[in-house]
Amino acid sequence: MEVKEKKVGLENEEYIINMGPQHPSTHGVLRLVVALKGEIVQRVEPHLGYIHRGIEKMCENLTYQQIIHLTDRMDYLSAHINNEAVCLTVEKALEIEVPERVKYIRTIMSELTRIQSHQLFWATFGMDLGGLTCFFYGLRDREKVLDIFEESCGGRMIVSYNTPGGLMNDIHPNFQNRVKEFLKYFRGVIHEYDDLLTGNVIFQERSKGMGVMTKEEAIAWGLTGPTGRASGFSCDIRKHYPYSAYDRVTFREILFDEGDVFHRYLARMEEMRESMNIIDQLIDNIPEGPYTAKMKPVIKLPEGEYFQSVETARGELGVYIVSDGNKNPFRVKFRSPNFVNLAPLNLMARGSKIADLVAIGGSLDLIIPDIDR
Amino acid sequence: MEFSIYDFSSFTAWIDQSLRASMSPGLALAIEMLIIGVVILIFYAIVGLFLVYAERKVCALMQNRLGPNRVGPGGMFQTIADLVKLLFVELVPIKNADKILFSLAPYIVIIASFMAMGALPFAKGLHAIDLNIGVFYLMAVSSMGVVGVLLAGWASNNKYSLIGAMRSGAQIVSYELSVGMSLVTIVVLAGTMQLSEIVQAQQYGWFIFRGHIPAVIAFIIYIVASTAETNRGPFDLAEAESELTAGFHTEYSGIRFAFFFLAEYINMFIVAAIATTVFFGGWMPFNVYGWEGFNKVMNLIPPFIWFLGKTGALIFLIMWFKWTFPRLRIDQLLTLEWKYFLPINIVNVLIMALIVLLGWHW
Amino acid sequence: MMEKSQLCAALTTIVPEAVTVEGKQFAELTVAPQNLRSVIGRLKEDPGLSFDILVCLTGMDYGTDLGVVYHLRSYALNHMAVVKTRISDRENPAIDSICSIYPGAEFHEREVYDLLGIKFNDHPDLRRLFLDSTWGYPLRKDYKDDVNIVLK
Repeated sequence: MEVKEKKVGLENEEYIINMGPQHPSTHGVLRLVVALKGEIVQRVEPHLGYIHRGIEKMCENLTYQQIIHLTDRMDYLSAHINNEAVCLTVEKALEIEVPERVKYIRTIMSELTRIQSHQLFWATFGMDLGGLTCFFYGLRDREKVLDIFEESCGGRMIVSYNTPGGLMNDIHPNFQNRVKEFLKYFRGVIHEYDDLLTGNVIFQERSKGMGVMTKEEAIAWGLTGPTGRASGFSCDIRKHYPYSAYDRVTFREILFDEGDVFHRYLARMEEMRESMNIIDQLIDNIPEGPYTAKMKPVIKLPEGEYFQSVETARGELGVYIVSDGNKNPFRVKFRSPNFVNLAPLNLMARGSKIADLVAIGGSLDLIIPDIDR
Repeated sequence: MEFSIYDFSSFTAWIDQSLRASMSPGLALAIEMLIIGVVILIFYAIVGLFLVYAERKVCALMQNRLGPNRVGPGGMFQTIADLVKLLFVELVPIKNADKILFSLAPYIVIIASFMAMGALPFAKGLHAIDLNIGVFYLMAVSSMGVVGVLLAGWASNNKYSLIGAMRSGAQIVSYELSVGMSLVTIVVLAGTMQLSEIVQAQQYGWFIFRGHIPAVIAFIIYIVASTAETNRGPFDLAEAESELTAGFHTEYSGIRFAFFFLAEYINMFIVAAIATTVFFGGWMPFNVYGWEGFNKVMNLIPPFIWFLGKTGALIFLIMWFKWTFPRLRIDQLLTLEWKYFLPINIVNVLIMALIVLLGWHW
Repeated sequence: MMEKSQLCAALTTIVPEAVTVEGKQFAELTVAPQNLRSVIGRLKEDPGLSFDILVCLTGMDYGTDLGVVYHLRSYALNHMAVVKTRISDRENPAIDSICSIYPGAEFHEREVYDLLGIKFNDHPDLRRLFLDSTWGYPLRKDYKDDVNIVLK
């Protein structure tokens, strides 16, 4: 498959614009060099590295407990799920079985994280398309999830709630009530999302048939998460390789065939509803017990290599830890979903308008710190 | 006439006569022009400030928040504070910008909106000039703003600005047609282009009610097209902050930016005022033929209140558009105009002509 | 879904030039760099294996050797395998690109090139991804940076 014809340059009569690193629609320091012919996008080339912190290198000098806190800073909207990924890898390496209570709480927290992430997606996606009102409605509801986090984890966005073997501390006594209250509230208002954006003619015209990835392309490029599933690629790690308490719940994997911007959006909308169903099944059944397994203060992973995938709000996050038996890992690699999902942007956006490029970029729901790491 | 207490024509005539009695006609004209200029300038500033405040409050209402509420009661003076800030902010010089055109652009935009203000009939006898081609004049003048926008985009030496300006050019040139055609529909019905006569003709029923379905269609097209013409959301492609950062005024700062900002709101006022004049009877109160008591009560309300009230309602409608709809794409925008609005408009004018010829209106 | 031992047996027959061992988690194949592309191509094309997804591509510095680790997954058959390769040339390491097999590898390989300095032959656009050209290769174990890395 051809990936790109030539480098971006001024040799042709092309109009090169620099979208980013400071640009309202890139949601961070993503820099896209866009070659235009009139309004039509000829080529998009992402230039990365503006927030590259070398997390993988830093991890080599940190203990496993410390790594957890760095993972928050990758995909900050899926902070909890990122934590969980590292914890699961470490637990798998140490062959520790975490208490049931931990599994349930982790699953509930993960799903809450997914909901708030998709709420922010909805908010910013509406804004990308020029519907500024969406932002406030999305954030209004997201606050309620963050409040729940704050109560139990202490943090709102960067929670660092997981630790190898369990949780930092037990859930707040009020947790279950708050979550149930939130679910009741959010079920009541989620129709506003559809009223404001999904059903809008302009929105549908803007998003349908844009940035299409077929199922074959999605598989070839390894797109995961709602982006891949909108193309009909069944890639939900929760379904295929269940972890934590996902094998105890029934839920639907949201799949569409169209693979365009609209269906990526729709996949996220549906996922919010599915996440609420998952929480419903778990929230009343959190078993009693300890909130963490017995762990040694210094964790030394046995020599070997360990890989664990989790489903973040944006796709598959893989954690690959190579250990040489020390308290620091020998090598840590994060397979971040955004990094992979960004790669075919050129393919998707080529031939569309500038406005579509913004819509396509928005529909991928990119988090730049996760790309750069 | 029953509402003659609010007739301003005798008042303006008295000023004219007293000036002419004491000085030469040329000087009197000059002083009159000066007075009108100052009055319009003050009105302009007040409308601008008020609309910016109103937009913030309406926007806050749509977005589930409070809006400005710190400076003054209910945040009333927030806009003034912002204006003061904009006055003192540095005019950032742009490298390689075309200095003359760059400085000229905001003035063209603001002058275009300024000129349109003069022809609007605010109440009976309360207009600067009553041209017999009033509708034509308004359209001609209000479309001059695009020159300023194009200049701004070109002179800024910024790629985003240029794209924004080109979009704006394509958009305004297209939608000017729809605005014109929908106004022509009413001109056909009214039989005149003079704004005062158009208003007078609506004494016993506004044109939107009298003109049957063609008038309603013309109004809908007008309000959509004029939203597009003023570069407001969902047609704000020229600014499109999520795509082009700020479009044609990306490089402007300080008072120059304030001019663009103000002109946007004044243009919104002007298009709403034209719609009021042409479709909703201008300063005419809401009268129903035969309901004498009701009409008397309605007539007690001063005509400029009627005028500003109707205009305000239409402005609210335009703001409502902006804060609910996502933005269109440029090709969709042009498709909407050339494939839908224009053919509908042409047919609409024909139907209206037919109605007028056969005397089916009332 | 195949058991890990079954998968290993299948892998041994289909790609005999690779050394297949049963790892803790997945079947692990060790491939010589020159065979890499043909091995991965066959892993993808073979209907009995059909590794359709490149999950992860990791550049490694083993101290003496450099290496690249490929995590492959088949969603159709629900199994995973790890392909490893080692390059002993630290000065001028090069390996075949697998972009023609998995287009998604393009960015992964650029990242590995950027951070470890491993060149990928036939890569469509091999440039540094995050860092500018004056940087060294920070993920190498012998990377030194007096300013940004404080050694305890």
